[in-house]
Amino acid sequence: MPIVKLVSEHFGNPQAKQLSWYRDHGGYAAARKALFEMEPKEVTDEVIKSNLRGLGGAGFPTGKKWNFVPTNTDKPIYLAVNADESEPGTFKDRYILEWDPHRLLEGIILCAYAVGIHTAYLYIRGEYVRPAEILQQAIYEAYQEGMLGEHVLGKDFHLDVYIHRGAGAYICGEETGLLESLEGKKGWPRLKPPFPALVGLFECPTVINNVETLAHLPKIISKGGPWFANVGCEHNGGTRLFALSGSVKKPGVYELPLGTSMPELIYEHGGGIIHDKPLKAVIPGGASAAVLTADEIDVPLDFDTLMKIGSMLGSGAVIAMDDDICMVKATQNIMRFFAHESCGQCTPCREGTGWVYKIVTRILEGTGTRQDITNLMELADNMSGTSICALSDGAAMSFRSFVKKFASEFEYHIRYKKCDVEEN
Amino acid sequence: MSSKFEFTRENQTRVREILRRYPTKRAAMLPTLHLVHQQQGYITPEVEEYVAGFLEVPVVDVHEILTFYTLYFQRPMGRHHIRLCMSISCWIRKCDQIKDYLSHKLGVKSGEITEDGNLSWEAVPDCLGACELAPMMQLDKDYHGNLTPQKVDKILAQIRNNDSTTAPKHNSTIPQKHDSTTARNHENTNSRE
Ligand SMILES: Cc1cc2nc3c(=O)[nH]c(=O)nc-3n(C[C@H](O)[C@H](O)[C@H](O)COP(=O)(O)O)c2cc1C
Ligand code: SF4
Ligand code: FES
Repeated sequence: MPIVKLVSEHFGNPQAKQLSWYRDHGGYAAARKALFEMEPKEVTDEVIKSNLRGLGGAGFPTGKKWNFVPTNTDKPIYLAVNADESEPGTFKDRYILEWDPHRLLEGIILCAYAVGIHTAYLYIRGEYVRPAEILQQAIYEAYQEGMLGEHVLGKDFHLDVYIHRGAGAYICGEETGLLESLEGKKGWPRLKPPFPALVGLFECPTVINNVETLAHLPKIISKGGPWFANVGCEHNGGTRLFALSGSVKKPGVYELPLGTSMPELIYEHGGGIIHDKPLKAVIPGGASAAVLTADEIDVPLDFDTLMKIGSMLGSGAVIAMDDDICMVKATQNIMRFFAHESCGQCTPCREGTGWVYKIVTRILEGTGTRQDITNLMELADNMSGTSICALSDGAAMSFRSFVKKFASEFEYHIRYKKCDVEEN
Repeated sequence: MSSKFEFTRENQTRVREILRRYPTKRAAMLPTLHLVHQQQGYITPEVEEYVAGFLEVPVVDVHEILTFYTLYFQRPMGRHHIRLCMSISCWIRKCDQIKDYLSHKLGVKSGEITEDGNLSWEAVPDCLGACELAPMMQLDKDYHGNLTPQKVDKILAQIRNNDSTTAPKHNSTIPQKHDSTTARNHENTNSRE
């Protein structure tokens, strides 16, 4: 499939982050259209028709999520923009923040108008200092030009947008961890229900959306929901930014229609595998997703297909691994991350991630036993569906898939106390 | 640095503006601590007390935040700080070699400060969100990618050449231009249209 640039059209253009340039090239026209020609409900309906799904990881239909917000509340409704982008392998939101901040702001205006929101907090990971600076400048210009503030685009609709910087914690990307962090606490995810649409930030109804999800809204409103739906595949509207990394010749962000085949992404857009080595495995949706063997990758990249084959499209982070990479070591690397980032609230997750890291390390050090494999599989079961948030499930999905699909590599390490991959 | 901490005049204005963005004082916790960090580079028990008083929360709550989040330092670090990404995509692209090279070149281990106090570094297990640049690291505010030993040498040499002041460079707040004119009190303005 061809590259279709809906949210990436301005990437690489240093002028596009200026409001004047963005506006001269069609920017804020969708916001104007919505605010002056559409009822809020019509905006939501268009988003529902677009089949836009949340691009932060969970793939939940965006319009449907907005409709969970009660219409008869006298409390303020908040928007929390998720710019925490910390899932290993994911770096797409950074491109929007750095190259096209006004598209995000326009998306925020559209969401706010549709749902009746007057305050949006943009939660951006603490390491993204430069992106935050660019965004702050864009917000400043937007206030100056009347895109934000008392009268958005001159309409009797007010909207404030504030940047809130994180401080280094993966778990604050989980939506309720994010809300806790915004409230000035440690990012411990909340038990659900109640869902944030009803009881969210400061106990008020709250919409949480990913940066890229929101950035798609201007095109949906200007071109229409059905048009957007048509670009993607069934139940998966439009395009998404695939963040391709690992053993490919051309790592980077590629915007492609949902349903594009994985080999096309890796071999055509990504230029194939470095030094033309054979491909061994691909993680299709960030470190939390189950790994696929090279034999399994001939699938369309959409949420439903990936789920059907036991993995997930997640954050759109596609990580390719060549033949020279030891899968036991890869598992250790990923589990070190999860053990470090588990927030510690739930026992299966706090203890489980640490144990798995230790067991895999032991296997690599040559002191593993066959029993370790059985224990790992049991741990995977105990860590799934038993905790407050999905970090534990993601960690379990990941290491279970490695141990299962690359069993021979684990067994070789246990039996011969060395690596069969690196020897050859 | 004296043990007594107070915000500079400029930062007092800033922090008052920050407080106006949220319906609770406590919500200003992270931005307030970022501001402290920018002012003095790390956060001491005295600061915890100051911030706790300021935000009207127990001191332990501030302390809990410092220990939960990884970007706040509780001791002085180098004037410059490097974070080397050790997560999966950087690992695939051999960040281990860069790690060895950095510790060899700087003569100190991850988490430590060079003898002259100029540089501290750490190898972090988290992905920094720039895997297309793997292997990559963050130096103060900026990302540097496609690292090789030669490239690392160049970057380190640049640090030495550019230094003229003594203020820490790794701390950052972002400009807050629009705020004083537009931020307002939340209780009154969040009614639904
Ligand atoms: C452990 C964990 C980490 C997450 N990290 C992020 C993140 O960094 N960015 C993000 O947008 N969503 C992240 N999510 C997904 C969010 O919980 C949530 O689904 C998303 O922000 C909703 O927005 P969307 O519907 O637009 O995708 C994470 C989820 C989990 C369980
Ligand atoms: S599953 Fe893990 S990260 Fe999520 S709330 Fe429980 S302990 Fe924290
Ligand atoms: S793995 Fe290093 S930046 Fe993502």
